[in-house]
Amino acid sequence: MTLSLDVAKIRQDFPILNETIHGRPLVYLDNAASTQKPKAVLDTLRHVYEHDYANVHRGVHTLSQRSTDLFEGARKKVKDFINARKIEEIIFVRGTTEAVNLVAQSYGRSKLQPGDEILITAMEHHSNIVPWQILCQQTGAVLKVAPINLSGEIIMEEFEALLTERTKLVSVVHMSNALGTINPVKRIIELAHSKGVPVMLDGAQAIPHMVVDVQDLDCDFYAFSGHKLCGPSGIGVLYGKEALLKAMPPWQGGGDMIRMVTFDKTEYNTLPYKFEAGTPAIAEAIGLGAAVDYLQTIGMDKIAEYEHQLLEYATTKALEIPSLKVIGTAKEKGAILGFTLHHIHPHDIGTMLDQLGIAVRAGHHCAMPVMDFFGVPATARASFSFYNTTEEVDTLIDGIKQIIEVFG
Amino acid sequence: MFDEIRDLYQEVVFDHNRNPRNFRVMEDATRKIDGFNPLCGDRITLYVKVNDNVIEDVSFQGSGCAISTASASLMTEIVRGHTEEETHGLFDLFHKIVTGEDSRTNFDELGKLAVLAGVRAYPARVKCATLAWHSLEAALKEDEETVSTE
Repeated sequence: MTLSLDVAKIRQDFPILNETIHGRPLVYLDNAASTQKPKAVLDTLRHVYEHDYANVHRGVHTLSQRSTDLFEGARKKVKDFINARKIEEIIFVRGTTEAVNLVAQSYGRSKLQPGDEILITAMEHHSNIVPWQILCQQTGAVLKVAPINLSGEIIMEEFEALLTERTKLVSVVHMSNALGTINPVKRIIELAHSKGVPVMLDGAQAIPHMVVDVQDLDCDFYAFSGHKLCGPSGIGVLYGKEALLKAMPPWQGGGDMIRMVTFDKTEYNTLPYKFEAGTPAIAEAIGLGAAVDYLQTIGMDKIAEYEHQLLEYATTKALEIPSLKVIGTAKEKGAILGFTLHHIHPHDIGTMLDQLGIAVRAGHHCAMPVMDFFGVPATARASFSFYNTTEEVDTLIDGIKQIIEVFG
Repeated sequence: MFDEIRDLYQEVVFDHNRNPRNFRVMEDATRKIDGFNPLCGDRITLYVKVNDNVIEDVSFQGSGCAISTASASLMTEIVRGHTEEETHGLFDLFHKIVTGEDSRTNFDELGKLAVLAGVRAYPARVKCATLAWHSLEAALKEDEETVSTE
């Protein structure tokens, strides 16, 4: 097949791909957990610490100004990357989890009354379940869960039926980490907005694999992590519509989020700083900016197209193995292949593939309700990135066949 | 192909995984406990019959990986007939060996259990090997709650 990316060239940008594991070339297929970093990001981090580093938004000295310019420059890059209207709408956080908690504790806690409902789906990651459960305990609100079908798709009629005048917030995963399902988020947002309900999207998995345009989606909040986007860990983004963010109370108090403090009262800073208490992850944010630049030189549309080819290839090959069952067969799917093997536990698959240099995830993928729904304790998951190759898929398939043979 | 990993996946392990011993519900158990490994979702229900401080019978049900199934199966064979104190001693020794705290390579007193010593080279899998044992310890202490490897 003709592939749409020059992957051999791209792989040269990722030093870690030259590693050998147990004497074999690394085949890194755990990209849904975290992605590897290109030289552009590594060089940026090093350069920041060697030449530009100081705390941001504070000093009048040169390094503080350089650091601040780079940090705010990264915010601008992220804003352009997701096509937000304003830089004020880009809040730097630690990651997707913190972004969801921020919305739950700031927006949710100030808005929700006993009996109000928050609507999520049955395919959410724990990070888009637990913050809402905590919020429900605090406010007396009720968590509602839209069911999914056996392909791993939201049952839209049920979702619509659960969207009522009691619903005050919808929070849905854009792309499922356990199943690969890409949800019809535009439709979900239209439905919710027609009832005046704001929508938060958990974009942790979607953002590395496709073009995300928050204005086109018209979502109210969008959360993602830098480390799944070829950027550093410890940095993530909450996008929120300016009007919503403005009306929300601060979440954490501290430095940087204030304009004026006396012991009687505190005047809060403007957006986005109102939500950025304390010294942020400075170099990491700048590194995320470099990651965004790097991805845009390849093009998110090209990445999406190539990964789709890779997934098709892997799925076709995987289905040729009789005892293999694919978990997650949605029509709209990102490059995630979750599977089980008859009589072989995913943890054994994971340890054995590792022996062949192949990194996959084995477990419940922080989505225990999804595992329960499919009646499995865990799955093995190969998750692809644009730097993976069809040859690596072949190595994976060959490895799976060997495991089946050894287990007999 | 899998030469190195044969330290972990020995024939005994495959055998006990394919045909786990004492894999049954025990109607007249004196103690029953649910064990859970939140890391991988493995679950085990352990049934123990204790009579006059001696373990008369142990059985289990559940789903887990080859390591945890084989470990549970081997454990049910080995602890039968031992006193609670002796069983506690076995758990201690087993735990030290799979975590590498005891680095010997010869464990006569462990019998067939010694095949699991290979787990020490795979820290991520230690909890698989110890789930059944943690559950047994809890059952002997008559803990009511679900036991977890965390």
